[in-house]
Amino acid sequence: MQQPGRAAEIKANGIGKSFGSFRALDDLTLDIGRGEFLTLLGPSGSGKTTFLMILAGFVQPSEGRLFSDGVDITDRPAEQRAAGMVFQGYALFPHMSVEQNIAFPLKVRKKSATEIKRRVGEMIERVGLNGHEKKLPAQLSGGQQQRVALARALVFEPGVLLLDEPFSALDKGLRGQMQAEMKRLHQETGTTFVFVTHDQSEALALSSRVAIFNHGKLLQVGRPDEVYDRPDNRFVAEFLGEINMLPVKGVKPADNGATGLCEDRAINMRCKAEKVRGDAILAIRPEHMSIAREATAGENGIAATAVASTYLGAATKLDLTTRQGAKVTVSVPNEVAAAALRKGNSVWLTWPAEKGFLLPDGGQ
Amino acid sequence: MRGTLSDRTGAALLMAPLLLFLVLAYAWPFLGVVKWSFTLPTPGLGQYHALLTDDLVQSVFIRTLRIAAIVTVVSVTAAYAITVVWVRGSPLQRVLAEFCILVPFWISVLTRAFGWVALLSNRGLINTWLQSIGFISEPLTLVRNEFGVIVGMSHFLIPFAVFPLASAMRSLDERVLLAARGLGSSRMRTFWTVFVPMTRSGIIGSAMIVFVFSLGFFVTPAILGGGRSVMIAELIYLRIFQSPDWGLGAAISVVLVVFVGALMALVFRYVKPKQLV
Repeated sequence: MQQPGRAAEIKANGIGKSFGSFRALDDLTLDIGRGEFLTLLGPSGSGKTTFLMILAGFVQPSEGRLFSDGVDITDRPAEQRAAGMVFQGYALFPHMSVEQNIAFPLKVRKKSATEIKRRVGEMIERVGLNGHEKKLPAQLSGGQQQRVALARALVFEPGVLLLDEPFSALDKGLRGQMQAEMKRLHQETGTTFVFVTHDQSEALALSSRVAIFNHGKLLQVGRPDEVYDRPDNRFVAEFLGEINMLPVKGVKPADNGATGLCEDRAINMRCKAEKVRGDAILAIRPEHMSIAREATAGENGIAATAVASTYLGAATKLDLTTRQGAKVTVSVPNEVAAAALRKGNSVWLTWPAEKGFLLPDGGQ
Repeated sequence: MRGTLSDRTGAALLMAPLLLFLVLAYAWPFLGVVKWSFTLPTPGLGQYHALLTDDLVQSVFIRTLRIAAIVTVVSVTAAYAITVVWVRGSPLQRVLAEFCILVPFWISVLTRAFGWVALLSNRGLINTWLQSIGFISEPLTLVRNEFGVIVGMSHFLIPFAVFPLASAMRSLDERVLLAARGLGSSRMRTFWTVFVPMTRSGIIGSAMIVFVFSLGFFVTPAILGGGRSVMIAELIYLRIFQSPDWGLGAAISVVLVVFVGALMALVFRYVKPKQLV
């Protein structure tokens, strides 16, 4: 968070924070790479915002050290870290014009008037606020205020940009637009972005890596496809999207994967079974399952009955009950869903061996 | 819309006693004062002409404005510091500040004025102490002059200046202050460039309350000014009770009320009344 114009590399080493008896963050160790777009994802109270505030220097960790480019910055006050920060609700200076808001961090750094004018001009251009320079924040729309907040946080070329749920106040259309804009700004500036959200689709769409938090603990960190397709535990699996849980018995390792019995049928799995043995849960995303007329030899499948459907336009969400009573949801083409419901009785539920992953039985 | 209408009727009914009281106790008698100013001792604009030409009246007006202005600056500045501690200090600081703000309300203005006399007079506590440590040889004239009046009035008005400031500081979004620091601004700089400008409506409200109160001060200047720095309210009193010059006293009153009214109208163009409490 030191040299302007250069993306910072951040290392959190055993960071913990307690507020009285409440443990907000517990033993967090995490490396944030140079120029990375890392999303901190979790429900409210999971510790993600606390970690962001610790990164910004607004909250002092109870234990652990924080390094930026190898330098220990744990005890450095916020104004000397100067991470760019975009707050929930933007926190613009209400008494300053758009121009003055964006110029603020440069004025603090005692830049010359000509340099301030040039860089503020460039930034206004970059976020598309031309013609609004003299307006006060109260005269702007939500999306425009958001742009001012981004411009103000980026104008002094901070090593890291911290974003605290910046889109929570925007409507859906504007949200998509601002997400695209932020991705573009990330590419253009090359700065390290640390982004806090509780919206999993936003996290998957934007980030180069996602860190999932719950109850003050970092549960998993990885690329969006990694955490989505191979979650380490049930919470991560469920938080990132809808997922089916099927009990599997007698799990044991096999050639490049594992085997087991699902509803008394032998199934193959490509996922590793080193963490689980015996009884386990097979977790599969709805879009990875499909409906077939009948069983094909050597393919994973179980019998089920369609009970309800939800039309989603591009596809239909079909709710089924397996023979042994497990509830399953699949996302299938509309005509398949209609046919399955018409049939009224048993259909065949199949999935490829490489999809799905094993979780310990009943484990969290 | 019917709901709104009956709500309004209800509000109007609740307001009625207050309004009636204001009309009977203030507006009606004031109209009488306006009448005197045009009719005593003879009908016409004579008293207002006298106001414009009378050196004494003018010098009292100017002194009143000057004292009110100084008292406003002193009170609002002191109140600002107290309010920052009250609103943003540690729990202990908050309790102490609250105590300091509330206690003066329990002591009458008269008692406080005499208290200041005891402190500031030639043989008062301050002069005695300064002489005993050899800091001064002759007592300082701290009272029965403008200085004493300013001290006494400021002391009385600081608690009143606190409330509009506190309301402005309480409604301020904490994240904006964090944002300033996160952008590299020191605590000092954040205070002056973000915190103070954002409490502007409170400062204006506070200044207006103090200034308007100061213009009408009577007891404190009468005691601490010792007749040497007469303010406008005392002049009105003297004109009506000492010299039977009701017309001039009434005319001064009218001018004072019109002036205050104009001032409030001007301020309310920039600040909404509800921002003041």
